[in-house]
Amino acid sequence: MLRAILRASYYRDSVALMRVAQAVRAQPGVSEAAALMGTPANHEILAGAGLADPSLATAGPADLMLAVEADSAAAADAALAHAACLLDERDRQRDSDGAGRVAPRTLDAALREMPDANLAAISVPGAHAKLEAMRALRHGLHVFLFSDNVPIADELDLKTYAAARGLLCMGPDCGTAYLGGVGLGFANVVPRGRVGCIAASGTGLQAVASHLAAAGEGISHGIGVGGRDLSAEVGGAMTLAALGALTADPRTEAIVLISKPPARQTLRALESAIRGTKKPVVLCCLGARPQADAPGIWVETLEDAALAVLGALRGGAWSPRAFADASATRARLAQVRAQPGKRGAGLLALYSGGTLAYETKLLLEALLGKVRSNLGGEAPGSPHEILDLGDDEFTVGRPHPMLDPEARAERVRAAGAKADVGVLLIDLVLGRGAHSDPAGPLARAIEQARVAARDAGRTLTVVASVVGTERDPQGLTRQVGALEAAGAIVLPANAQAARCAALVLRPDLEAKVLAVA
Amino acid sequence: MSTVLLESLRVVNVGLEGFAQDLQEAGVPVLHVDWRPLDPKIATLLARLEGGTKIGGDQPK
Repeated sequence: MLRAILRASYYRDSVALMRVAQAVRAQPGVSEAAALMGTPANHEILAGAGLADPSLATAGPADLMLAVEADSAAAADAALAHAACLLDERDRQRDSDGAGRVAPRTLDAALREMPDANLAAISVPGAHAKLEAMRALRHGLHVFLFSDNVPIADELDLKTYAAARGLLCMGPDCGTAYLGGVGLGFANVVPRGRVGCIAASGTGLQAVASHLAAAGEGISHGIGVGGRDLSAEVGGAMTLAALGALTADPRTEAIVLISKPPARQTLRALESAIRGTKKPVVLCCLGARPQADAPGIWVETLEDAALAVLGALRGGAWSPRAFADASATRARLAQVRAQPGKRGAGLLALYSGGTLAYETKLLLEALLGKVRSNLGGEAPGSPHEILDLGDDEFTVGRPHPMLDPEARAERVRAAGAKADVGVLLIDLVLGRGAHSDPAGPLARAIEQARVAARDAGRTLTVVASVVGTERDPQGLTRQVGALEAAGAIVLPANAQAARCAALVLRPDLEAKVLAVA
Repeated sequence: MSTVLLESLRVVNVGLEGFAQDLQEAGVPVLHVDWRPLDPKIATLLARLEGGTKIGGDQPK
């Protein structure tokens, strides 16, 4: 039984609406629910989910659509009433900050209330992002621009305007940044320190900042630039501005750049800027092949980026390593291989962090050959697969796996029934903005998958890594402990987890890989 | 013009409310804007009035 309500001229952000939809889905008798603004894309999602009701046909982008499929009219009506109740409750909280003041409706109104604001955090839908970001820049504010789906020409306009005025335009599609010790967006709680980061990737910055925190080092600033900054079109506008700012910043003693390989002409400008700074610069451009005379310290993994910059700061020798504890890894691999049961020949990697998935793809392909993946590349017939579950194809109308682990947990459970999967590899990203207990649902799913495999006479090994710190709301030790209790092997870095997962399937490579340790 | 990095943030948050809550919990002064989308026609006109900015993209984050 399908029931729907249209709330005209009623806006809530996509994350708030996903939470409402989740709560409604959990109501008795409800099989599916949606709470979406009436954009053309959302009408398609609604139709795809079988929730397109004629009463919603006229809904526009400023109107809210609520739709519920339930086993009876009474259950559907009760669920819709629950949704209305949740929205109304939040309205009452939002319309007053406790002092009887109404929240401002525009950036200009907000700036009248807070005239000394110095940063705008903007996460509106992409179609509206440039207007809001340009307004903020015109008021002299730095911008943290989380919004995606912003055309590259608009990005170039914003960044050119910002750079000419000494302002940062971090993004579009900037997931994480740190300024003055404060995390913006999806950020781990890390100490302030001497390392300045420039990152085209949010999870990449989170991983490096967390590795540094584990080693007792902190970051001075972490400037997100968005995934396209080093493209030929944008030309590194914000990366170069950030490099200049970190070079001049007295707190920053060494700099780390995290990105995919820069476009050729952008790389030339970047190299010239690096030659102009006296501070050590570590470059982690995943998949890049630097020229022999390239300036800076080039590394291949996020963990190595942290180790290399620590080496530069502390004056110690540094060299890449395969595992933090090679003998413990060797012992664990022997233990895993001694387990009874037949093992599938395939590795399945289910990721929430796009850059972590990309790093894994590079490492696995070096060890196992081509891997099937939604990250690109053709590999038909490969027994191995990497899925970036944060990609648009999995998140349209659904929460990102960092916000809600349930959809990924379901895939983990399903892997237990797949005879061809012998190793499951996962990441976990903690920090502000992320789910409050991502390991909980995943640990339960891991246990169920391993039991299902064992009952079918097979063995399934689960390998994981966790990006996070003890000071994160979820607590690193607690999250790692939950995964280990479910039988997962948890390594202290994504690169180590990827190598370990490959070695479970390929004992013949063990001596070669461990020789780097 | 060179960029000077901020040591003390005062933030206006436009969009996801959760980001404002996280900043508040971290002790950062933050003012959340109760943002709503403009009619696309009005938004295009405003963008022109505000200096030739063009609006693109059609999918929500």
